[in-house]
Amino acid sequence: MSRPVQARRLEGIDKNIWVEFVKLAATYSTVNLGQGFPDFPPPDFLKKAFVRALSGENHMLHQYTRAFGHPPLVKILAQFFGKLLGRDLDPMTNVMVTVGAYQALFCCFQAFVDEGDEVIIIEPFFDCYEPMVKMAGGMPVFVPLRPVSGSEQNGKLMSSADWQLDPAELASKFSERTKAIVLNSPNNPLGKVFSRGELELIADLCVKHDVLCISDEVYEWLVYDGKEHIRIASLQGMWDRTVTIGSAGKSFSATGWKVGWTVGPNRLLQHLRTVHQNSAYHCATVAQEAVAQGFQRELELYGKPESYFIQLPKELQQKRDWLVQSLDAVGMKPIIPEGTYFLVADISEFKSDVSDVPDSDEPYDSRFAKWMVKNKGLAAIPLSAFYCGAHKNNYNHFIRFCFAKEEATLKAASDILQKWKREKTSR
Amino acid sequence: VQKVTSLLHVSALLKPVSAAMNLAKVEFTKVAADPSIVNLGQGLPDISPPDYVKEELAKAAAVDRLNQYTRGFGHPSLVKALSQVYERVCGRKIDPFTDILVTVGAYGSLFSTIQALIEEGDEVIIIEPFYDCYEPMVKMAGAKPVFIPLRYKKDGNSASSADWVLDPVELANKFNSKTKAIILNTPHNPIGKVFTREELQVIADLCIKHDTLCISDEVYEWLVYKGNKHIKIATLPGMWERTVTIGSAGKTYSVTGWKLGWSIGPQNLIKHLQVVHQNTLYTCPTPLQEALAQAFWIDYKRMDDPQCYFYSLSRELESKRNRMAQLLQEAGLKPVIPDGGYFMIVDVSTLNVDLSDVDEKQPYDYKFVKWMITSKKLSAIPLSAFCGPETKSQFEKYIRFCFIKGLCLSSPQHNFVAWRFKNPNCTHKD
Repeated sequence: MSRPVQARRLEGIDKNIWVEFVKLAATYSTVNLGQGFPDFPPPDFLKKAFVRALSGENHMLHQYTRAFGHPPLVKILAQFFGKLLGRDLDPMTNVMVTVGAYQALFCCFQAFVDEGDEVIIIEPFFDCYEPMVKMAGGMPVFVPLRPVSGSEQNGKLMSSADWQLDPAELASKFSERTKAIVLNSPNNPLGKVFSRGELELIADLCVKHDVLCISDEVYEWLVYDGKEHIRIASLQGMWDRTVTIGSAGKSFSATGWKVGWTVGPNRLLQHLRTVHQNSAYHCATVAQEAVAQGFQRELELYGKPESYFIQLPKELQQKRDWLVQSLDAVGMKPIIPEGTYFLVADISEFKSDVSDVPDSDEPYDSRFAKWMVKNKGLAAIPLSAFYCGAHKNNYNHFIRFCFAKEEATLKAASDILQKWKREKTSR
Repeated sequence: VQKVTSLLHVSALLKPVSAAMNLAKVEFTKVAADPSIVNLGQGLPDISPPDYVKEELAKAAAVDRLNQYTRGFGHPSLVKALSQVYERVCGRKIDPFTDILVTVGAYGSLFSTIQALIEEGDEVIIIEPFYDCYEPMVKMAGAKPVFIPLRYKKDGNSASSADWVLDPVELANKFNSKTKAIILNTPHNPIGKVFTREELQVIADLCIKHDTLCISDEVYEWLVYKGNKHIKIATLPGMWERTVTIGSAGKTYSVTGWKLGWSIGPQNLIKHLQVVHQNTLYTCPTPLQEALAQAFWIDYKRMDDPQCYFYSLSRELESKRNRMAQLLQEAGLKPVIPDGGYFMIVDVSTLNVDLSDVDEKQPYDYKFVKWMITSKKLSAIPLSAFCGPETKSQFEKYIRFCFIKGLCLSSPQHNFVAWRFKNPNCTHKD
């Protein structure tokens, strides 16, 4: 073939940081705090629901279910999120199930982004937003969260709350070509939980410029220190222009099940349905059945101490604090996350171990993370992975750790760090 | 709020297609929900998957790490199992990591392949009747579908799927410099045709001559009946490097609800499918992939044994096929006996049901199916749902039945189909 065999829509989206880093972790790591998944199992009640579904009398659970979502699942999701949003939701038109939140994002970009449309992405961002916008023919427009000056004082650690948008800068990113803004709260990788004021700022601009909001809320249950996760779809003027995305993988510590969902008005979801029916069509039935039962239990226990959505963040907060302490003790400066199971740490103090290479294409933190996994067996992800190409060197001395790990794993990480520090001081 | 896109590449182009699909869909939702109607339309098994397949899933779900993300392009144990099985079938080395992509059903493989390799300005040849997603997927990629019908070449009583053939000259005329790919489906849904080596060679010759890709949908590859052999077009000379072959766990193991499929081909094609996959859903469910891998190992080890599920399912379905054909013939209908797959098309014109007073605009088969659902409590799918706009009149005397059904085909005594056609207002038990 004289021209490339592949379609032009693949231009610029073939690189993927995970392919490389997952491979490195698999090869070298003894302690993997890199990729974001728990190393503990999903809760017993969920595992039991899965086994009941696959082995029960109804063997039709091994066959196709309703394409836009298994009826028991969409019904309970409509009930559950209807309650949280203060709205009557129709399971058939206001909810659609997807193959993980990842596929929900894909459907949103394919449905709403035309060639030439601009999509605002807040940095640092979950890395798939950029290539997905590009694949749909759109143009990503980036606006950064920045550490507010003065927030790092008196040796006190920063909080993810100290990373903020500049309102004027954000406003300047909206143009008549702006189709959508992607919001991710709680935010991966920083762990920021956007406050009501911050969300209102975004909402006002969406309403003013008639822009859609794709709200990635997969970590909605993982908020700490009594903070509240606020759903932007519940703000004035937002329901009608927002698609809210959720994930069973994150909600129930079962990332391998790949069950996600979208919630929103029918006028938006109808287009998601069109994309879905021409790409994946159906999602696996058994997992949907089990997740439905999981949600049924959570609806009954909502707000009670036995609720998994209460227990999980409680456990993870402790793990967060533990990791923060371990990192701080050795001189890495963690930014305390308000949510998610990630935190980002400043590795400037450790810079001497991995020398700077001037004129290197690769951002410093990426070289550092690779060196660290190969030489120390500890896997983490460079923060530059979460920035667009042009901005990769803006914050290149941070790495992201995942703390959804068993105590033993976190302890092992701490041991590696301690040993490393001792080696440094003894030099 | 005006900004919601009209989906330039999707909804505008899909309108006529989705209209046809919607008609069928509305009826089928009603049918699926109504227990008094015997649903022989929708293509899903009502038989149970084999026990060991369910057991493997239970085992996989009990392992903690198998409930978390696995390798994006396919769970390692699954791609290894697939490479073993298909190396044996194809007689060539297949690299599990570069030559295979695991997707959300064969549907996901079709999508990934088309998004990876097809774009605006391309033409894609689609053989009619066709599995209905091919056309919208090609359009969603911005390309132009070019249709060519299978034509019934005989007349007489015992019609077979082998009687439906492509005209080689007509086919050759569909190829030009814009032809990026041809979509092949063998065994074929809905007719059940199993393309012969000679027929595949005609297609292969044209692909090589015009430097065209072949997207080969072989989800029913194990379901071929006596006297027939499934041949992979990718094994013909000059074809491996230009073919993506698609398979399905749902059809192989009677687990359509697992939604796992795969694309197999040369690295220089599969790598582009992998890029699409990493930007659409990234990874498929882990426990299902692990269970499927274990099921494949079990059957791989007995591929010389007739008890292998790939062959035993085929035998089971052959007797259901024969039973269904008999029921239909006794009811006065004219089935086209399929050489493969689990669908059968039926010529209903033999019954001479006068539906001229019903809605003019719909093709005859749509009207017939609606009438059959309401008055005979039996459902099927009109064949014109599977063809492009030009050929509806050619196919409108046929409807499609699915025979991977347990309950309704097990009774040897009672021809419930004939009974229903002779008796209006029958109940489900009849």
